[in-house]
Amino acid sequence: MKRHALTTRLWHWISAVLVVILFMSGLTISNAHPWLYWGEAGFLPQEAWLAVPRFPDWMTIPGYYSLAVARDWHNLAVWPFALMLLFIWVAMLANRHFKRDIATTAEEWHPRNIRRDIAAHLRLDFDHGAGKYNFFQKLAYGLVFGVFLPMMIFTGIAISPGMGPSFGWLIDLLGGRQSARSLHFIFAFALFGFFIVHVVMVMLAGPARQVSDMITGGKGKDGEADAP
Amino acid sequence: MRRRNFLVAAGAAVLAGCNQFAESGLGAKLLSAAERWHRGAHRFLRDREALAPEFAPGEISPFFRGNGTTDPQSPAYRAHAAQGFAEWRLAVGGLVETPMALSLDNIRRLPQRTQITRHDCVEGWSAIGQWTGPQLSLLLEAAGLRPEAKYILFLCADELNGDRYYESIDLIDAFHPQTIVAHSLNGEPLPIRNGAPLRMRIERQLGYKHAKYLTAIMAVASLDDIGGGEGGYWEDRGYQWYAGI
Repeated sequence: MKRHALTTRLWHWISAVLVVILFMSGLTISNAHPWLYWGEAGFLPQEAWLAVPRFPDWMTIPGYYSLAVARDWHNLAVWPFALMLLFIWVAMLANRHFKRDIATTAEEWHPRNIRRDIAAHLRLDFDHGAGKYNFFQKLAYGLVFGVFLPMMIFTGIAISPGMGPSFGWLIDLLGGRQSARSLHFIFAFALFGFFIVHVVMVMLAGPARQVSDMITGGKGKDGEADAP
Repeated sequence: MRRRNFLVAAGAAVLAGCNQFAESGLGAKLLSAAERWHRGAHRFLRDREALAPEFAPGEISPFFRGNGTTDPQSPAYRAHAAQGFAEWRLAVGGLVETPMALSLDNIRRLPQRTQITRHDCVEGWSAIGQWTGPQLSLLLEAAGLRPEAKYILFLCADELNGDRYYESIDLIDAFHPQTIVAHSLNGEPLPIRNGAPLRMRIERQLGYKHAKYLTAIMAVASLDDIGGGEGGYWEDRGYQWYAGI
């Protein structure tokens, strides 16, 4: 059996491109009003809990300041991104990828296991048997699939005035529109943090093999290091 | 390769690809189609009359920020302001049976709606204010829309960068219960920075749709021959006509 299902690989690469487009156009949108607030409303810099630095043009889509063009990109890319997220959740539950590889067991939360896992990471020992993710991998993927990615969608809905009539409860749950906007920003950077760690781990674990496995699926024999 | 160099190179590659895509015919079509998908989704989720959230008096922002034009400089506007807008007239015309010209007094005597709503700017900030005025539907029903009318156009007294501000909405938003011609903010006549003497409230869309310094409401069949043809001052500069996102 392949280590990465076809659905996983398709989702991985398509979503990678979409997340990059959403993130880079999001940085332009941040530049339009780089202050973040808690609560429902806010517009004065002195009310802000965070003054965000201006992101330089090489980080943004488009490569110059245009809020209008950035919003076009953001609003287009979010459609396939949201539909793909729904798709991968259905696929992960149907092919048991989630239950088998990502859901943690009570035993894995035992401090002894966590200590052992930290020690293995520090030794850069990524050999943990075929088809098995270690505790921190499960935790990271679980957070990305279960919290970070869905929260990008939910907080994005709560920011949109056209969604207000349908999702007033969601705006309230998130603590108001400006809180939702702050959370949108926080989860975007949580994903960016994941992206950096993910890429570093791939580099350390053998990038050529890891990347080619995510393209071809890999062979999944016993004793091979698994994908980060 | 240094990580930063790698990021710059990767960023440049994504940018180049994106620019090429945006400039291609299909790319431009897709980018504008996404706006229609969002509008369709928003209207599919709730009925067309569904209300934007309203707030309690205690939640009103102590100061309501003005944005875009905050002090129109044309001699005509300044003369109106000096007279307390006593001679201001709001025209209701275009594809209607009975064109009208309403004074502020006429407008204040109509049945009023007061709503405390959140104003969301495309830049990202929000402010909460209490707005009072007649529903736009009331004026349109009084004037009588002709069957060809598809959009409602708002003409304004202010100029930004040398061009007259204007906006437009479709009939669904025009007849929405919270779409009002506001003459008051927080119980006082509109301040100049917020659009005195009259401004639109289109509560389910972003701030640039809420035309200020309103001089005329026109029913039209098409937006093609007005201004830059995109339906509004900011739309002519690339912004989305449907501003519910």
